[in-house]
This record gives sequence, C-alpha cells and structure tokens, in this order.
Amino acid sequence: MGKVWKYGNDVNTDVIFPGKYTYKIMSDEEMASHALEDLDPNFAKNVKEGDVIVAGTNWGYGSSREQAVKCLKAAGIKAIIAESFARIYYRNCINLGLPAITLKKEDIDKFDAGDEVEVDIENGVITNKTKGFEVRFPPFEGYVMDIIKAGGIIEYIKNQGNRE
Amino acid sequence: MGMTLTEKILANKAGKKEVAPGEIVTVEPTWVMSHDNSAAILLKFKKTGVKKVWDPEKVVIILDHTVPPPTAEYANNHRSIRNFVKEQGIVNFWDMNTGICHQVMAEKGYDLPGAVIVGADSHTTTPGAFGAFAAGIGRSEVAAIWATGKIWLRVPESYEIIVNGKLPKGVFAKDLALHIIGDVTAGGAVYKAVEFKGETIRDMTIASRMVLTNMSAEMGAKNGIIEADKKTEEYIKERKKAPYKVFHPDEDANYERRYEYDASDLVPKIAFPHTVDNVHDIDKAEDIEINQVFLGTCTNGRVEDLEIAARILKGKRIHPDVRMLVFPASWEVWREADEKGILRTLADAGAMVMNPGCGPCLGAHEGVLADGEKCLSTANRNFKGRMGNPNAEIYLGSPATAAATALKGRIADPREVL
Repeated sequence: MGKVWKYGNDVNTDVIFPGKYTYKIMSDEEMASHALEDLDPNFAKNVKEGDVIVAGTNWGYGSSREQAVKCLKAAGIKAIIAESFARIYYRNCINLGLPAITLKKEDIDKFDAGDEVEVDIENGVITNKTKGFEVRFPPFEGYVMDIIKAGGIIEYIKNQGNRE
Repeated sequence: MGMTLTEKILANKAGKKEVAPGEIVTVEPTWVMSHDNSAAILLKFKKTGVKKVWDPEKVVIILDHTVPPPTAEYANNHRSIRNFVKEQGIVNFWDMNTGICHQVMAEKGYDLPGAVIVGADSHTTTPGAFGAFAAGIGRSEVAAIWATGKIWLRVPESYEIIVNGKLPKGVFAKDLALHIIGDVTAGGAVYKAVEFKGETIRDMTIASRMVLTNMSAEMGAKNGIIEADKKTEEYIKERKKAPYKVFHPDEDANYERRYEYDASDLVPKIAFPHTVDNVHDIDKAEDIEINQVFLGTCTNGRVEDLEIAARILKGKRIHPDVRMLVFPASWEVWREADEKGILRTLADAGAMVMNPGCGPCLGAHEGVLADGEKCLSTANRNFKGRMGNPNAEIYLGSPATAAATALKGRIADPREVL
C-alpha cells in the first residue's frame, strides 16, 4: 500500500534524474535524494516505500540513463503507471526490476495525487482504496515476471549462473 | 482480429496463436548479432557468472567498425573478440575481411523470412528487407541473451507505408527513404513496426529494399519490414543458414497509422545537417560546395550503388577540389564490382576505392573531415560530429547524387548527368 504521485505528459529523464549527476558514482540513497529534483522538489523528501507514480504519455523520454529508473526504485517507488513510456525507459524499468504498467487515458484520469493504492503485480490488479475502484492490467508474462521478481535482469542471470 | 507481418512473426516465435500490440513476449532469437562492440559485450557477459554462451551457433559476430584497426586499443579489442570466439566455439564469426555487419548478415544467409534477429547496432532493422523481425538492442541486452538465450520484446504497434508508382529516372530507394523520413519525422515512428508495401516496393531489388529497412531506424522505428517474395527466396536460395518460414500480413490486420506515397512524382532528395529528417528537394541544395563525397555504408554500399556511380563517372574526372571515398559494403560486393569493372571506372575517375567496412561513417578513421568542411554522404546519419568532426557538415543523398556531386564539386542533380 502506498500513495499516488501524479504527473503529466512528456516527463523527461533530465527532470527525473538531472544530467549533471549522471557521471558521478552515487549510492542508492544519494540517487534517491535527487529523484525528480527538477520536477517536484517535494518528492524526494516525502516519498515512502510502496508509493507509485501515475503519469501521462511518453514518461521517461530523452537519455538512456538507467539512473532515471534506479533513483525512483531506490526512493521506494513500487510501480510506474503511465499512458505510455519512452522505449528505452520502459526496457530499463523491466530490466532493473521496476514494474512499468501501461493503462488507458480514461483509467489514468481516475487517479489523483495522494490516493491510497495497492498494486498486485502477480495478478495484474491496481486497487484505489481512497476512491474504491479496481483497474486490471495484463500481468507480466513468465520471463519478465521472473526478472521483476529477481529485482532485475542482472540479478536474474546471476541466480542462473549460480545454479550451474 | 488479423495480424500484421511483425505480429505474425513474433507470435510464431513465442509459440502463440496470436499477439497484440503492447503485449510482451519472450523469444529465443534466431540470431543475436554484434560487431566490434563484442569486446565490451564479452566483459559484461563475463560479469554475469555464466560460463558458456547459450548456443554458440546462434551468436553472430562480424568485425566491421574499425577495420583494419587504427589504434592499439581497437586492435586489442579485436584480439579479445577473436580469443572469446575460440574459447566459446562461436561458429558464425566473420573477421575484418568480410564486410559491414548488415550486409554480411544478408550475404551469409542469416537474414531469413520469419526470423527474429536482434543486434547491438541501431541499424539492425536492415534484415526486415527479407521479411524478418529485426531490431537493435543495447549491449547489456546482448550479454543477457548470450547468457540466457532469450529476450523479452514488447509487441509494437504497426504503421503501414504504402508506395505505388514507378520511381522516375535519377530517383532511387534512398530518395524515397529520405522523403518518407522527412514526412514521418525522426521521432514519428518511435517504437513502431513500419511495414513497407505497394508496387514500388515489389518492383525494387533486394538491395534497394535494404535501404528502406536500414533507414527505418531514422524515424525511430523498432523494426522495418517488407513481406518476402520470389526475389527474396531467389536471393537466399544458395545462402540460407537455417530453415525459414514466409509469413504474410492478414487482410484485416490492424495498423495504427497509414502513410501513402506516389513514387512517380518524386525528385532526388537531400537531408541537410544535422538531422536525417531535415529533408529538401535537391534544387534547394544545388549551390552547396562539397569537399568530400562518401559512397558506401550499410545503406548504400552495394553493387547497384557503385554501379550507378560508375555509370555517371565513366570516362570523366571528379572535380579537383573534391575527395571521393568509395567503400564497398563487403568483399563480396568488392569482388562483383571488380569483375564488372566498376572499381576501375571509379578509380580512373579519381575516386579512392577503400577496403570494405564502415569506413568514416562513424568518424573513427579513414576519412575524417576538417573544420568547416562539407561532405555529401550516402550513409544513413548526418548528426553533428558523426564523421569525427563537430565543425563539419554532412548532407545525405543517393549514390547517383553522390557521383554527380563529385563531378561538379557542388551538390548536383543526378538527372543532369544520367
């Protein structure tokens, strides 16, 4: 259970994680402290483990930097729910083990900032406790679910390597 | 609901009856390709802890980007790749005496209808010309496939691009590709599958179709694809490295968007610096003086490209202020062009015929530009600094435009000299 952070269309990787930090080696906590710095200065201070982001179209366009996914995951974000994602951002999300869920505009519009929601990744259900409704999405298929459960593709492969 | 060509191939590979856009499927690729960047990929692979690649017969490695190596660092990279190839028993390895990866993939019979091909190069869209699903992926993802044998793919929405009419004299697949990209724009097909259809496409040679699928990357597409036909099967007959299956799009397939073009009223096109969608008719470019002409690359380095240039330059000399560099796309192309006397004709006209490979396309070697210089290139990209110097300008055009330009010393309309 967590609450919704709601944003609009075309949120780019520079406002999610500023370019000036991309070549600095940072701990997860430090990355989290800069998350969404140039879009919403309140985010990093107030985000809690289990919160979700709900956004419009083309979330995460711009650079291919993985930190733009990592900083949100490190901040405790459990899922990003958007109308659409930029291609590389979407791949980075899955491969870093952060569920990226696509919903139609009419469903996105039902969520407001601060709503209490629960995301059931396994069964593909988002429950909005504040407003009392459910939205379903197709659950991730086998391999992608395995990657998400492992916490990312590198962890998944390492587990596989250890088995041999 | 019917399926598009891309959906059919992905459904078949994923072992599903049908798939829909937005759905994620996991597939074992038919081939996973990489080039000189295999040196970086193998380091990532080693970090995974997995000892052997999942299937040494499905990994394809082709050295083409910096061949022969201009620095010790590149040479060391090549050596580490050769060692890895031996250690892993990778059979589909083509050393620097073969050609550009996207051309070699076709010539050596990896580009097959119905195949799913992924590669660590953005122009891995090229095999789509054979009715394959082919897309570029990142280096880490290639390392992950080497380790696991699988990749997850989001089924893309499809656009259909329908072209009818006969291309006029002096107008080629490259002009059509530039025209389409100028219209769709560089970001206009991001993550989409673009399916090319229509009589113009059916009339095209395989080499010309490869221009369209190669350049699909320049409108952001995940893949470009053309239905296989008799020409495709003829090309692959003696080359194929695996069994294949031809798929056709359903009549009632769902395309998110449709673009239609009439080829018969097209004129030669030029992409101005510094984006590929900055496309104008050639008459807007005709006073631009050019220092270097670059004929070659995975886009336009095939026999038909060198042949049209040779036809224009036969018995003539290029302009004294122009340097013309010719890079056949592969040694197979080089041999055929040699047998036909094309290379001799180009050299007699004053062009430098270089070794097959990527050449100066990515700015690493073999023809870097000076500050303030302008280059007319047959490549697929004209980004600032692409050819090694951010203070130079790159204009993109067809091989015929390249030859006419070399002759005149300024961007020139090939229709005047053909």
